[in-house]
Amino acid sequence: MLNFIDTVGEAVAGIKDGSTVMIGGFGNAGQPFELIDALMDCGAKDLTVVNNNAGQGDQGLALLIKEGRVRKMICSFPRQSDSWHFDAKFHAGEIELELVPQGNLAERIRAAGAGIGGFFTPTGYGTTLAEGKETRIIDGRGQVFETPIHADVALIKALKADGKGNLVYRKTARNFGPIMAAAAKHTIVQVSEIVPTGSLDPENVVTPGIYVNSVVRVGGSSAEQVA
Amino acid sequence: MSTQTSIQTSEKPLGRDELAQLVARDIVPGSFVNLGIGQPTLVSNYLTEEQNITLHTENGMLGMGPAAEGEEIDGDLINAGKIPVTELPGASYFHHADSFAIMRGGHLDICVLGAFQVSATGDLANWHTGAPDAIPAVGGAMDLATGAKDVFVMMTLLTREGVSKLVEQCTYPLTGVGCVTRVYTDKAVFLTGPDGVTVRETFGCTFEEIQELVPLPLKKAE
Repeated sequence: MLNFIDTVGEAVAGIKDGSTVMIGGFGNAGQPFELIDALMDCGAKDLTVVNNNAGQGDQGLALLIKEGRVRKMICSFPRQSDSWHFDAKFHAGEIELELVPQGNLAERIRAAGAGIGGFFTPTGYGTTLAEGKETRIIDGRGQVFETPIHADVALIKALKADGKGNLVYRKTARNFGPIMAAAAKHTIVQVSEIVPTGSLDPENVVTPGIYVNSVVRVGGSSAEQVA
Repeated sequence: MSTQTSIQTSEKPLGRDELAQLVARDIVPGSFVNLGIGQPTLVSNYLTEEQNITLHTENGMLGMGPAAEGEEIDGDLINAGKIPVTELPGASYFHHADSFAIMRGGHLDICVLGAFQVSATGDLANWHTGAPDAIPAVGGAMDLATGAKDVFVMMTLLTREGVSKLVEQCTYPLTGVGCVTRVYTDKAVFLTGPDGVTVRETFGCTFEEIQELVPLPLKKAE
């Protein structure tokens, strides 16, 4: 069921304590800042968050971590020059980290959306990140069994949605959006523009509306949101 | 200086830019290439139009152009190092799972990475020092190392303490097993593979001097 919602606050109101929340974005590109701020305001806690990083600076996901609302991070690259809030929580032992190679993170998310029960991949074979995981030699190559990552909710950012919830993105801000939209039970999208049904070329739709549950328009074009 | 059998091709060790220039020259025309964060990024400065190289960035783009400046800067168009970049004619965008399928699926010809250590059999260590208080962060390093057809490493041959980073066995946590095919350093270029390590050329020193520095048996290129 697709809903067009007026405010980001209403869009995230149903997110419960203990939820697994996927958050799109790579760096600031594609990060749904307004939805993350709304998640902050709605008070949900004890969250497991899936994102490529673990927050930067003093905004978005970093603040959610600072306020102790995130129990566990599933990500590929938590350590950055400005990831001080994650660093502090991690060193204090107040946040759990599941570190996943970036391609495995993406494929595990994709697998969830595609109904795949797991897959073997050469990435990580022979490394500490494969410890405790099932391995096999396939076609002469060592491979590691990886399982899907499902989520209760995905918060993503797209450029435009039409009346059917079909989405198009902008440049490298696409990143995790399409796969997270498919992997979550409930996908909330913030867009810069809602356009009439029929005005997106069906050949160019990136995320079909079937994966989208809630759409909220957030002011300004994404090109203006240069961090 | 150079004799028939010498593989010394430069009077002095190579600087970072000279090394980047050499890597760029060695990339086969028409290749699809991913340049890692840091020193490998310098390689893009020396790729020529005639080489017709397509650059991949793992956050979802083929046909990446040079770093963006001034008016060109667009927050939605960044590379894997989160630096604003530009797009070239013929560029394409795709989501993260497709982007890593491009690597894992063996479609990428070359990736160029930095390293802490490379072993005699081409094991790579470049993601974690193993220090107990360090926050581990892997990003796309393991995917790149295992996915590209050729993995070139760019690094200084020696640590600041003067210890060889080309080693019999890595002591740092591994990024990938047997994945590195070439190691470009300030003092020499090494080819790694199942038959051991071959020195292709040396810079500012002889093959014998390189052998003194590196604690594993080296072969001299014919």
